[in-house]
Amino acid sequence: MAAPCVEQPKGGFSFENCARNSRLEQLGLKKPTAYKTGTTIAGIVFKDGVVLGADTRATEDTVVADKNCAKIHYLSDNIYCCGAGTAADTEMTTQMISAELELHRLNTGRKPRVATANRLLKQMLFRYQGYIGAALVLGGVDVTGPNLYSIWPHGSTDKLPYVTMGSGSLAAMATFEDRFKPDMNREEAMKLVRDAIAAGIFNDLGSGSNVDLCVITKDKVEYIRPHEIANQKGVKQGSYRYRRGTTATLSSEVKKIELDVFGTEVKHQPMDTQ
Amino acid sequence: MAQLGQPLSDYQRPHQVHFSPYDFNGGTVLAIAGENYALIATDTRLSQGFSIHSRESPKTYSLSENTVLGCCGFHGDVLTLTKTLGARLQIFEKEHNKPMPTPSVAAMLSTILYYRRFFPYYTHNLVAGLDEEGKGCVYSFDPVGSYEREVYRAKGSASAMLQPLLDNQIGGKNQQGYVVQPMPLDRCIAVVKDVFTSAAERDIYTGDNILISVITKDGLKSEKFPLRKD
Amino acid sequence: MSILAYNGAAIMAMKGKNCVAIAADRRFGVQGQTVSMDFDKVFEMGPNLFLGLPGLATDVQTVFQRLKFRLNMYELRENRRIKPKTFMSMVSNLLYERRFGPYFVEPVIAGLDPKTHEPYIASMDLIGCPMETNDFVVSGTCSEQMYGMCESLWEPDLEPDDLFETISQALMNAFDRDAVSGWGAVVYIIEKDKITKKFLKTRQD
Repeated sequence: MAAPCVEQPKGGFSFENCARNSRLEQLGLKKPTAYKTGTTIAGIVFKDGVVLGADTRATEDTVVADKNCAKIHYLSDNIYCCGAGTAADTEMTTQMISAELELHRLNTGRKPRVATANRLLKQMLFRYQGYIGAALVLGGVDVTGPNLYSIWPHGSTDKLPYVTMGSGSLAAMATFEDRFKPDMNREEAMKLVRDAIAAGIFNDLGSGSNVDLCVITKDKVEYIRPHEIANQKGVKQGSYRYRRGTTATLSSEVKKIELDVFGTEVKHQPMDTQ
Repeated sequence: MAQLGQPLSDYQRPHQVHFSPYDFNGGTVLAIAGENYALIATDTRLSQGFSIHSRESPKTYSLSENTVLGCCGFHGDVLTLTKTLGARLQIFEKEHNKPMPTPSVAAMLSTILYYRRFFPYYTHNLVAGLDEEGKGCVYSFDPVGSYEREVYRAKGSASAMLQPLLDNQIGGKNQQGYVVQPMPLDRCIAVVKDVFTSAAERDIYTGDNILISVITKDGLKSEKFPLRKD
Repeated sequence: MSILAYNGAAIMAMKGKNCVAIAADRRFGVQGQTVSMDFDKVFEMGPNLFLGLPGLATDVQTVFQRLKFRLNMYELRENRRIKPKTFMSMVSNLLYERRFGPYFVEPVIAGLDPKTHEPYIASMDLIGCPMETNDFVVSGTCSEQMYGMCESLWEPDLEPDDLFETISQALMNAFDRDAVSGWGAVVYIIEKDKITKKFLKTRQD
């Protein structure tokens, strides 16, 4: 085995393949694309907290890669974050910041603030100059009340009462601009976010499938997934099950697996004296 | 003073002006030739980039009593091509006092496409109809007029998803002991609905509805079937 | 041409009733030229755990070796079998470490939980974005064709024998419409007490 394989992971990004990869690119081989979450994500502040919403489609170019992916990520018990852009980046960035927030909570003994999460996220994204393609909607309730931020891949942030992101952001924002008002009640707020996400699902090709919602209030978080199955999977007319033996095989080999023994027990049995 | 070998300060090297006259508007068409029928189906979504232009835009065009054209790609070219074809067919009918037979429509379409060899119509074409013996026939084309007669063919944005399933379910490919025989129309329609339902799950440019047109000796019948709307 | 399509590959995994299946083609080629027809792209990572690696062949083997090393270290340290989901995180982390200079592989993972025997399948893009599903996952140069086939053929609760027919037909018909994959196929049916490995008779063009 080659020597570099027996190396412990050191943590942080590795750039060992960069030189080779750019050489391959020079040879005229195209760089592959990562999964994107075409995405409609949105959030609003209402009377007692925030509502976050997202669709559930992940695309790879024009093909749907995942029909039911979760785009609302956990950051801490009182803070959640929706992600749009490069799927791996949103996933990993929120995971890392979530870990940092937990350490922060353990060190300080206090519930993390949304402003803290915002600062951690924007500093990380700014450091990577936009190469980490994560566009986020960050929301939560802390000691200062409900907070909602949008964070751009280059690290700029906005603190607003209603925000949208992703390829369906215009469709969703149109719904918000039409109907948002301050201090809505919970039902109104959920309905409005649902309608905004649905607008993205039906009018933006990069967004689709279901509506996920996350309602965060002072002492409760409700992660509703799915909140609504906006598009039912098509029903098939017939069954495409094959007669066994349809597929021609060259050889077949069966390997038995020894089941792992997790524990043994000896039961008392009376001696046979008859 | 300009030095030797240095270009003059006001000299500009020849440069290329970019011109991109094409666009892609999505859509999928599918045609199957049966024993005494031909079937052609299309979705009804017209899109560009990440937005939907129309949910009610089928990409099949009935050219005569027993010939239907399936045409998708760049919608501007689709419109021009179908208009040209319509005019040519009308001239033929007036001159010969009969509609053009389907195999001849296919041959003519090939020449129309090849006429634009160096500035092609960006369209994927299928012609479905009945041949002189009353059998179903399907012709598939590339954008510059190469064509052949086939039994089943999918074209357009989801063609890669549909074609292998047609190979398997209609062509009986990779199935041991499968005898290929003509498919009854009702089963054929069920397969078409299923492959489009599957394609709509995965291809963002296919959705909304499908329009299935069946050509028999009694004429043309159409049926609509709903797909996902997202 | 994409770097991922340089050598050509087609891999898919499906869930059945108390079983999972993973299938792959056997071709190793250099662009249009086929070099060999017995190239392994599916690797056994444990008694009930398999990993499929479509992509650039050099990276397929390097990633497998690196993962095998990390997996061995994990199992020695923990003194227990890895769960498929944990293994998925391990693959994901390895790939995301190289976010800015990736390995050109898009892994597929199929297995059963070592304790509960719960079926598990997942796939990933080349920078390690995980995707877990309840039906099937596909990866490789003919992913569109495979999506089309799986989306129509797959149904829930297939018995191992039926799952074999379904995954084999889905794979074969898909790669027959792709120029750079095919040339034989291998299917693994993973059940809690046995692994069935079958080589398929396919077109050789």
